[in-house]
Amino acid sequence: MSTFAIVFYTLMIAASCLAAYYHRREAFLVLFSLTLASFLMGLLGGESWLRTVAIAIGLFFACAGLAYSFREFLAQTLPRETAKIMRNAPLTASFGLFVILVYVVAAVFAPVIAPHGEAEVIGSSYAPPDENMLLGGDQLGRDMFSRIIYGARNTVGIALLTTALAFLVGSLTGLMAATLGGWVDQTCGRVVDTLMAIPQLVFALLLLTIVGTNVVNLILVIALLYSPLVFRLARAVAGNIVVMDYIEAARLRGEKTWYLIISEILPNATAPLVAEFGLRFCFVFLAISALSFLGLGIQPPTADWGSMVRENATLISFGEVTPLIPAAAIALLTVAVNFVVDWMLHLSSGLKE
Amino acid sequence: MKDVLSLVAKRLGLGFVTLLVVSIIIFGAVELLPGDLAEAILGQAATPETVKAMREELGLDRSAPVRYVEWLGGALQGDFGVSLANKRSVAEQLGPRFRNTLFLAAVAAAFSIPISIVLGVLAALYRESVFDRIANVATLTSISSPEFFLGYILILFLSVQNPWFPSISSVTGDMPFTERVFVTLLPAITLTLVVIAHMMRMTRAAIIALLASPYIEMARLKGEPRWKVIAVHALPNALAPIINVVALNLAYLITGVVLVEIVFVYPGVGQLLVDSVTKRDFPVVQACCLVFAATYILLNLLADVGSILSNPRLRHPK
Amino acid sequence: MTDQKSSLLKIRGLRIEGRADEKWFEIVHGVDLDLRRGEVMGLIGESGAGKSTIGLAAMGFTRDGCRISAGSIEFDGMELTSSPEEDLRMLRGARIAYVAQSAAASFNPAHKLIDQHTAAPVQHKIRTRRESEEDAMELYRRLRLPHPEEIGFRYPHQVSGGQLQRAMTAMAMSCRPDLIIFDEPTTALDVTTQIEVLAAIRDIVDQFDTAALYITHDLAVVAQMADRIKVLLKGDEVEEADTRSMLASPKEDYTKSLWAVRSFQRQQKPPAGAGETPVISVSGVSAAYGPVKVLDDVSFDIHRGRTVAVVGESGSGKSTAARCITGLLPPTGGDIRHNGQVLPASFKERSKDQLRQAQMIYQMADTALNPKKRIGEIIGRPVAFYRGLRGADLKKRVDELLDQIELEPSQFFHRVPSELSGGQKQRIGIARALAAEPEFIICDEVTSALDQLVAEGILKLLDRLQEDLNLAYMFITHDLATVRAIADEVVVMKEGKVVEAGPKDEMFRPPHHEYTDLLLSSVPEMDPDWLDGLLERRGVDNIGEAARK
Repeated sequence: MSTFAIVFYTLMIAASCLAAYYHRREAFLVLFSLTLASFLMGLLGGESWLRTVAIAIGLFFACAGLAYSFREFLAQTLPRETAKIMRNAPLTASFGLFVILVYVVAAVFAPVIAPHGEAEVIGSSYAPPDENMLLGGDQLGRDMFSRIIYGARNTVGIALLTTALAFLVGSLTGLMAATLGGWVDQTCGRVVDTLMAIPQLVFALLLLTIVGTNVVNLILVIALLYSPLVFRLARAVAGNIVVMDYIEAARLRGEKTWYLIISEILPNATAPLVAEFGLRFCFVFLAISALSFLGLGIQPPTADWGSMVRENATLISFGEVTPLIPAAAIALLTVAVNFVVDWMLHLSSGLKE
Repeated sequence: MKDVLSLVAKRLGLGFVTLLVVSIIIFGAVELLPGDLAEAILGQAATPETVKAMREELGLDRSAPVRYVEWLGGALQGDFGVSLANKRSVAEQLGPRFRNTLFLAAVAAAFSIPISIVLGVLAALYRESVFDRIANVATLTSISSPEFFLGYILILFLSVQNPWFPSISSVTGDMPFTERVFVTLLPAITLTLVVIAHMMRMTRAAIIALLASPYIEMARLKGEPRWKVIAVHALPNALAPIINVVALNLAYLITGVVLVEIVFVYPGVGQLLVDSVTKRDFPVVQACCLVFAATYILLNLLADVGSILSNPRLRHPK
Repeated sequence: MTDQKSSLLKIRGLRIEGRADEKWFEIVHGVDLDLRRGEVMGLIGESGAGKSTIGLAAMGFTRDGCRISAGSIEFDGMELTSSPEEDLRMLRGARIAYVAQSAAASFNPAHKLIDQHTAAPVQHKIRTRRESEEDAMELYRRLRLPHPEEIGFRYPHQVSGGQLQRAMTAMAMSCRPDLIIFDEPTTALDVTTQIEVLAAIRDIVDQFDTAALYITHDLAVVAQMADRIKVLLKGDEVEEADTRSMLASPKEDYTKSLWAVRSFQRQQKPPAGAGETPVISVSGVSAAYGPVKVLDDVSFDIHRGRTVAVVGESGSGKSTAARCITGLLPPTGGDIRHNGQVLPASFKERSKDQLRQAQMIYQMADTALNPKKRIGEIIGRPVAFYRGLRGADLKKRVDELLDQIELEPSQFFHRVPSELSGGQKQRIGIARALAAEPEFIICDEVTSALDQLVAEGILKLLDRLQEDLNLAYMFITHDLATVRAIADEVVVMKEGKVVEAGPKDEMFRPPHHEYTDLLLSSVPEMDPDWLDGLLERRGVDNIGEAARK
């Protein structure tokens, strides 16, 4: 057995024992099952697997530590009310917030951060990493790292715009349908049911074949296909609000529909709608990435994560991880947003009780 | 019983109407092309003569409703016309691929349904425990990852670094069953990872809502053992939500399949669809969309019918 | 078995905590309780008194998010707080049984009644399935359920609420337990159904000499059921005494105040002059929800400065009548006049002034006030909307209104509804109605969601406002005590029709219409002999449902 394996197992067992000694039942259970799992991995795959496991565990704790410090940082710097909420937030939420912040910085300051231009050809194709090109070159010899940074701007920007559009259309019609009721509600419901009867990705492929693939079409098509989902939620949330007596009181006062929506219903629907925005953003973001991956979304030479995976996919058969980096970038952002949304949903459901 | 039958009949009728409307949308969408199909296929460089010849070949000289009825009539008999790209019958290309896609989805479902229901119930029973929290983080991560990310990770680890599984799932019609399953395994696992996450979260939510009901508290206060509370009192009522969850996720599988087929070069309908979209081969695109949509609608229909049938209030009317 | 007087349940210094926001808060602060075999103790208190929590703790059970933090619970010599879960399980159902508030929700919808009934005796090996089924029919017969041989083979949703509640009592009896916990078993029922259930419960508890903890917020009910009464307030015991002495001479101020609530009663005002035009006149109104007819030729008048109480059980159409008057549900026939002028059927066609003249106060203050708005905005909106006041004038008017409902303006103006108590919220609801300066206010069960003391405050306030502003009230209620307190005229409704109408004093004096009589006589009184007397008068087999036919 190598020194590495000995050190690794010793550390794991020691950590488990410590947890058990201090009666941290949950921590102990996690640590010891990890130890057992790594025994198995060690037996199955030898030291190389063990190293992978060690790196994974290390990464996990690094993320947890980062999340912990970031939460403390926010709790120290934010105003009192917000800080109090922050202090009770789970680590996943603060991790999510941190990741989102990093993406926002990358997107806003992309030209400053990226060492090279978005479409600038610098080296040979699939050039290995060096100090000039941190992650090596892509299939045309462009700098991977710079393109990933620009991708934050393009992919996230487009997804955000699309979600906003889908949201505007979906939530407005949803609120209108719930408030007006009657035939307006019925018609909207029918249209939405039909739109949702076709799987989104398939429908998007059909429509994009017809209207052709460019950014404007992409945004419009995806927004159209995802607005019914927003409509459903907005309709359901508002549906619960319009039956309240305070809405009846406002109606009997003679208030206009517009006042009802803006002033009485919307303030009570904000929390679930904001959470829904996060959730929808994830789905839209994944859908756009999927389309780009299929070569039908954002078109070259625009740097975009989905297309980057496709363009460099051949590298994987040589055991390279480079094509996985943009895919991981997509996954990381969706995970982060999902973590934050999960926390917000928990908060809003907790406040009701 | 009569109420239930009429409800089911109503739902089936609605499903049929939806399918009809969807077929109109799929057919009509192509009609919205700027210019018409012939111009779109031939491009701007075409002479008026060739466009005219193409129109006649495609039958575009007749009105849209007539062509729709013909198209739908053909589709119902399994005839989707001929492909523009290779002039072969669409049905011939689609048939074996559809079977492949169903096979992939079935393998994925066979893994994911039992695992996710068991895990979901466990997470609900031991909620707020370490297991539940880890499951929560793990499922959120899995849901958030694009299918191609998971697929390539699996290829990297299980087929490139350790050459255990083939990275390309080339299935053929005459393959023996076990080999077929083996080749399909990687794409199936990829799909399973995503679907398990969805299904487990939905099952967990459904069971938690159920466990909060007063009749569960009553069963506990009658001194019934824990397993009996779950098996006799919770499960019969959990049937409706679980049927719903399963059917919805099967529907999801059907669409998730498109990306996975591309990653693993699996010869299914998804791959055909994407290929035809790139080639702008409209008859094939329409046929693929119709097949996907029909499967999707059917599964959603099953979900609704299932929950109608498992509702005791409807099964035993007053 | 053992001596009748021997102790069965002994609770000492019981403290229970509940969790909110990751912190533990004490909700029961050290309660003692003694119950002997065959004795019925009434636990009484307002919402939040911790009575249900104590009831469940007597079974060694706490709901999720609650825990027993201190004290001892001794059941027949066995300490429950330290017993393993398995031992507690053997006890539950077999020796201590539970009857929940809502039978409809507490029966499993997926199983027949009989399957749920026999589960406990078979589980605890007290009876075989067959024996238990036969026993169930016997119990159903004793509880006077219709078709005792057959009713057990129905599903819960196929049986009415009052019958389900009795079936649940039978289920609790299935193992002949030593103790049954009744947790508000009749709260969700109409008064006429309540009588049947009360009588059935009391008989069966007597017959088997079972001890019981009877939890309720209704003093008159507990007076019929309990040998001893314990009064709770916010998790503390106030006092405990024998039922008769407690009713005759309560010691503590809080208990006295509970008793006093029922004494508020206003003199009936003289009827309006014959020539006077009523503020609201409902004549021959019929209405329907789709094909279901819910109102049938309903007529009554409401005069200036008078209160008309519309009473009836759930489904009698009393709330529908209000919806017709406000125009939310356009009637299918008849018309509604305001000061002699016919109002358009739908509120959408009424003028701003017509809308202003008729205001509404709701039952649930929680859903009647927009939770995201400040009190100032809630009351200010009608003022701004109808009178166009802005800025300082608006603020001044809102302050006046807050003064009128006896809330300090500077304290309440900037608060949101969630920071207010139930009674304060209801007052805001009243202020919002007053802000429109109406002639007529519909009060829909305004006091039924409130604790009795608070409810009395609201009634007094409404009465004073009527004096000051010469308002006409339509008071929808199912509670005859409220009617007695505030009404000038009474309209009794049943199944969408007016059964009887007239001045209050006449209505409460015999002879009555048959249904009015049933309704009036079914309201429990604070006299421990009331139920016995009533049953005697009606004949044991002739209670409730039977009498209605």
